[in-house]
Amino acid sequence: MPDADTNLKEDDTMLLSRVAESVYWGGRYLERAEATARLVKVHTELYLDLPKSADVGWSPLLAVTGSWDGFRTNHPDASEEDVISFLAADADNPGSIIASIAHARDNLRTTRAMLPPTAWHVLNQLHLWAMETRPESIDRRTRVRWMDDVIAQCQLLSGVVTGTMSHDECYAFLEVGRLVERADMTTRVLDVQAGILMRQLGDGAEPYADVTWMSVLRSLAAAQMFRRNASVGAPGREALRFLLKDPRFPRSVEHCLIGVSRALLELPHADEPMAGCARLQTALEDVGVADLTAATLHGFVDRLQEGIAEVHDLVSETYFRTAPTGSAVLAMT
Amino acid sequence: MRAPGGPDVGWGDYDSGGCWDEMLDRGRARVACDGVLTYLTSLGGDLQERQRVAESAIRAMGITFTVAAEGGNIDRAWPFDVIPRVISTQEWTGIAAGLVQRLIALNLFIADLYGEAKIVKDGRFPRELVASSANFRPQCVGAEPSEGIWAHICGSDLVRDEDGTMYVLEDNLRVPSGVSYMLENRAVTKRVFADLFRDLDIHPVDAYPHRLLELLASMSPRPGETPTIVVLTPGVYNSAYFEHAFLAREMGAHLVEGQDLFVDTDDCVYMRTIAGPVRVDVVYRRVDDLFLDPKAFRPDSALGVAGLMRAWRAGNVALVNAPGAGVADDKVVYAFVPDMIRYYLGEEPAIPNVPTYACYDATQRSHVLANLDNLVVKPANESGGYGIFVGALATSDEKDAIRRRIEADPRHYVAQPILRLSTAPTLCDGVVVPRHLDLRPFILSGQRSYVTQGGLTRVAVREGSIVVNSSQGGGSKDTWVLDPTVVKAQVQEQCQTQTQT
Repeated sequence: MPDADTNLKEDDTMLLSRVAESVYWGGRYLERAEATARLVKVHTELYLDLPKSADVGWSPLLAVTGSWDGFRTNHPDASEEDVISFLAADADNPGSIIASIAHARDNLRTTRAMLPPTAWHVLNQLHLWAMETRPESIDRRTRVRWMDDVIAQCQLLSGVVTGTMSHDECYAFLEVGRLVERADMTTRVLDVQAGILMRQLGDGAEPYADVTWMSVLRSLAAAQMFRRNASVGAPGREALRFLLKDPRFPRSVEHCLIGVSRALLELPHADEPMAGCARLQTALEDVGVADLTAATLHGFVDRLQEGIAEVHDLVSETYFRTAPTGSAVLAMT
Repeated sequence: MRAPGGPDVGWGDYDSGGCWDEMLDRGRARVACDGVLTYLTSLGGDLQERQRVAESAIRAMGITFTVAAEGGNIDRAWPFDVIPRVISTQEWTGIAAGLVQRLIALNLFIADLYGEAKIVKDGRFPRELVASSANFRPQCVGAEPSEGIWAHICGSDLVRDEDGTMYVLEDNLRVPSGVSYMLENRAVTKRVFADLFRDLDIHPVDAYPHRLLELLASMSPRPGETPTIVVLTPGVYNSAYFEHAFLAREMGAHLVEGQDLFVDTDDCVYMRTIAGPVRVDVVYRRVDDLFLDPKAFRPDSALGVAGLMRAWRAGNVALVNAPGAGVADDKVVYAFVPDMIRYYLGEEPAIPNVPTYACYDATQRSHVLANLDNLVVKPANESGGYGIFVGALATSDEKDAIRRRIEADPRHYVAQPILRLSTAPTLCDGVVVPRHLDLRPFILSGQRSYVTQGGLTRVAVREGSIVVNSSQGGGSKDTWVLDPTVVKAQVQEQCQTQTQT
């Protein structure tokens, strides 16, 4: 005989798969917009700090965002204007900031009734503003401010949702989407920039090494928190440990996985995706950052990315791809 | 009417030009309108301010409608005129009874057509009209929906002629829309005229979603259990999506698309949720018949659910309105409604039809062709005001064209005399002017019937225009059904209180 609490639980499980999927993607796209804005901002600042001879170029941004292939089809070389325009303001690049905001809006529009009204209002305004002001994202004089505005609006939306939306199943999907995307972005940054973090700080041979590894942290909004937590020693390697394993920093891979597991606890049939998360956490625990070489780090980050993709697949299979026929369960009887 | 440079909204020169006006009769308030009119005129220039408040409330409440535009769909703010349209309780009671009578007869007719077809056998309805009807669904023959009801929800359009007679212009039995705007219009006027609502006995309209929910629940094939009810929408790009989402939210039903549902081997309908399939009992479908089930109707439909008709015929799910109900939506069938009322109910129709000439009949057709100048010609199965020919405005080329079309396909044309639609005071650019309007009440038919208090009033905003569709620049008004005798009593009571103190 089910008690009152169980009944309530049954009512909760009436969330449509399609709605859950839209909310999940809404969360992912919002996170992607914010993360891309931060990458562009930090790289722009780094570029200004470094001498011409350092020759960092703009292609690392394409590498981190995984958009080399899409970019190359229409652009012969990675000039500053072309790269930034492609990543921020190009509606045809599905991973651009304005496209991510538009996708988030499309996904959350159909599920508007599930969100606090203010959240929709903020997102809609962000979309309209970003479309209108997109040339400002390219011009170097206005670019950083534009990126700051995108980040601030995404954070505002995040705050509205966390502070005024019931932490129900729908919220859980938004959270899972955000955190899966965030973990993915952290591993992408590490994959491309690991070399910088692994480099032994020489004595004056590379006068800008400090600047570059700090910018890796900054591009994940981690610089200040890292300084508060870091022990003395090789700072590059410490930063790597921090971004992979720190359980308290919200953009570390470990913290994202903890968050995904916690959100999954709210959902029915969560065993498989939770197991996927747990496997990744074990892998993280087992790795010794001090022993990693550039080559083994690369292999390890690849494994993390595969694991994150697997968590995504498990969430999809469990919640979004309900078996079409032949397996009907009378959930309500 | 407006003093030069001043904000004063005057009513002094208001003249409806010989049309029946809903609020004024030769410069004086009609019986139910005196309280409202006194109040509105006392507002003076403040009326314009109330209009502004209403428009900002509509934006803030996010009341929109969708229009197709170049490069995609656009959400526009819902057009609304702040001056209400008033109908007396006494008149409305009669109209409501007439609408119920009409829908009962229409349901008996639909059930008859898909069953024994007695009305055809008795020679009271031509057999050839059935087979040639665009909305007759052979897939529905022999089906027996619960309570024998096919058209659970009907939106009938009412118009008033210059002599004050109210006519039914058409019955919408497929997926009638607009009820959410009726409810939102009331929410807006309550904000704007909060002071007036205290004093007048305006009948509330808010009961509709609850009555609709009761009706849908009563159709569940699993009585005794809490039914799972869904609103099936074509999706976010449909022009009525706002209404679908609104009604789902108000009823606490699930807003689903075709892809959210499937029919299993047990012929039951299931909804895909994160916890697995959940059986669905009642589908309030806002998708047209032909898109409902790719296995029964259009195989290319991406909006429907394969096997839905199978589940419905097996009695495992209720579809509201039932597929095939649109057969009575046909404008040629419309011409027979008064006869149907006499045939099935043995009663005289309480609300008249607009006289209608059905061109399939040779005598009526020759009358139509001889009198094109004075007639409106309509295709039998279009909705939304498409394809309408107005004789008085047509060029001789257009007349030749419609004549050829009628002769080529007489079954699909009807003609009606040109009505001089009634007007009501409407605020246009700071001036109160007469504008033509119609009224769409909504009628529910289940174990018991329900008619909305009033309905959605649509206004043709352009001078002289009779096009009320919001997609073509039409506006809307809140509709107030109120009892003038109650108002009088209250005014008297106030006077008495005054003299005693």
